[in-house]
Amino acid sequence: MTDNKNDLIEYLLRLADNAMINGQRLCEWCGHAPALEEEMALMNVALDLVGQARNWYEYAAELLADGRDADRLAFTRDERDFRNTLLVEQPNGDYAVTTAKLFLFDAWHLHTLQALTASKDERIAAIAAKGVKEATYHLRRSGEWVERLGDGTEESRQRMLAAIDELWRFTGDLLAGDAIQQRLAEAGIAADAAAVAAAWQATVEQVFGATNLPVPQPSSYFYLDGKKGLHTEHLGILLAEMQFLQRAYPGATW
Amino acid sequence: MSNASELDALFGGSPVAGMGNSDRSAGLIASDGGARVADESDLPRAWQVLEQVMDPEVPVVSVVDLGIIREVSWADGHLQVAVTPTYSGCPATELIETEVSRALERAGFRAPRLERRLAPAWTTDWISEQGRERLRVYGIAPPAGSTSKRSLLGEKDEICCPHCGSHETEVVSQFGSTACKALYRCRSCLEPFDYFKCI
Repeated sequence: MTDNKNDLIEYLLRLADNAMINGQRLCEWCGHAPALEEEMALMNVALDLVGQARNWYEYAAELLADGRDADRLAFTRDERDFRNTLLVEQPNGDYAVTTAKLFLFDAWHLHTLQALTASKDERIAAIAAKGVKEATYHLRRSGEWVERLGDGTEESRQRMLAAIDELWRFTGDLLAGDAIQQRLAEAGIAADAAAVAAAWQATVEQVFGATNLPVPQPSSYFYLDGKKGLHTEHLGILLAEMQFLQRAYPGATW
Repeated sequence: MSNASELDALFGGSPVAGMGNSDRSAGLIASDGGARVADESDLPRAWQVLEQVMDPEVPVVSVVDLGIIREVSWADGHLQVAVTPTYSGCPATELIETEVSRALERAGFRAPRLERRLAPAWTTDWISEQGRERLRVYGIAPPAGSTSKRSLLGEKDEICCPHCGSHETEVVSQFGSTACKALYRCRSCLEPFDYFKCI
């Protein structure tokens, strides 16, 4: 049972950190997006993700029961303690990179949350059922933009191809399961990594296929592992900005 | 806009709680406050109090109209209220909870206990008919159709312009000024308007 609890905390932090780091990255577009409507869309998506992150963090904090709340988990853990997938910590790049990054994540996120709505853990099922509604329109939006850029001008297509080339290597880390997730999946609590990966592949092929974007071969071994806290150099810089206030003025409220 | 007079008609000409008033619940709650401490027999009155607590971002629709008050009950000498958030990241969640508590305390309900209930997830299907009408009069197109019907038939609902009633409308962006709204434009009267998304 204790093992199960530690597994659960670990899994909740992965879900929380994925949403939190992705949301924080998206907020970097605030004031810089190419069009007002796009800026509002990105900030809306970011807001949904930060809200979902809080739901996961709160549950993790209750299980941890060490006095840390959702804010402390988000703002005072070190880089090595973050469990997010490498994809979401990558810089935003141009709009094609941001779009491709969102799409590859949204497809994984929606299929994961859909699976979690059937979790035997009622709290997980409830948070996922709420998040599924939001992830559905996140994926609709990012998928439409992949098609628009992939099928737009020669320039936009080249940029989308370059973005996929740049990001594809991180999809192995996104889709990979591990022993923790496996144990929780067998207990009916977590999503099955292989099932989510298969559904993800189908979604990617469908959207890429609609605009004749080639689907690369599955991404192979990568020397880093987000689930173990082994991140690319970009996460530390993101956290330095995200955590600055609580690090400089611990416990500050407004 | 002629909407002001329509609003007056809807609210019986009385000042609307939350309109241009920083303390949103003050106007209507103070009158029935009194010194009496509420008990279990006051459950219906608790609903009446909640009907006067407006959504901070759409101050003509009450929390009851929105369908986010899931249960009102009495236990251990306290009023219990289950509230569900509209969106995971809705920034008004805490404010709504604070305003609900404050309004109930003013009306004599001591230390009401609020529960944030996630399941079942909120859907726009829970917005009352009165809430939909108030949204329209306020200039926000209410959610069209129902989520269950949409998922079954995959059909596109007609969004009517809240200003002129025309069906000739087009989406500008699926995302608007708040998480719950999309941005539309009317091709007949050319006015832009917010649409309360159907989720």
